[in-house]
Amino acid sequence: MPGLMIDRDVLIEAPAEVVWRTITEPDQMSLWFADRVDLVIEPGAHGYMQFGDQGGPVVVEIVDPPARFSFRWNYPSGEEPVAGNSMLVEFTLTPEGDERTRLRVVECGHELRDWPDAEKQRYADEHREGWAEFFDRLATVVGKRQ
Amino acid sequence: MSSQTDDELWSAIGDPSRRQVLDLLVSNGEVSASWLAGQVPFSRQAVSKHLVVLERAGLISRRKQGREVLYQVQADRLDQASRAMAGLAAQWDLRLGAIKRLAEAAHTENKRGYAENKPGEGHDG
Repeated sequence: MPGLMIDRDVLIEAPAEVVWRTITEPDQMSLWFADRVDLVIEPGAHGYMQFGDQGGPVVVEIVDPPARFSFRWNYPSGEEPVAGNSMLVEFTLTPEGDERTRLRVVECGHELRDWPDAEKQRYADEHREGWAEFFDRLATVVGKRQ
Repeated sequence: MSSQTDDELWSAIGDPSRRQVLDLLVSNGEVSASWLAGQVPFSRQAVSKHLVVLERAGLISRRKQGREVLYQVQADRLDQASRAMAGLAAQWDLRLGAIKRLAEAAHTENKRGYAENKPGEGHDG
């Protein structure tokens, strides 16, 4: 899915360190993500995630506590996830006040890892605008025809 | 979501220029490549390339009228793309909601634990 880009966020009433543990500790991950998570949180570490009777390999990319965590996966196909055949999931944690954190997740099929942060941000912003506008228009048109 | 067809679909609409072409088709109904070229900041040649990709992904269809070729969107395919996209976004919303609940519960628990342990300065766990 090279062109796909999902960008969502949520405001959490907890410090970034607590949110960080929730998104990176394998036993916690199994509560919100996969049914079973075999993963060491280290850059380059290879792991496995099980979803019901399916599963697939995962590769950890960025580990920058408590601000940034990303991994590459290509669920549900079974190949080793590398650029071009997989999706990159990136979490960004931004403190908003003492005990409040904005958690943002971007999932995309592009090779963003080696881009400078500013470029990446610009790309994400452009895409977010683009997608929103595009699907709004689409919804209107599809709605009209029903 | 991982089939060849879906890959084609996502890469077709992942490109901002192609979305612009698709947008124009969505808003203007059936139009020709030269009309499209007059509306966008890129060349007629680029428009033709984008149309080929969009057609291959099933997002648009073409029809000959006299000497002209007219293009129009395939609403059902667009609808399918939109739903798939909304589905993936909704899935992440559910996961983020679960993370929020878990983190907030852990935080409340930590604070309570801290308040209880504070007077005695005692054991952990």
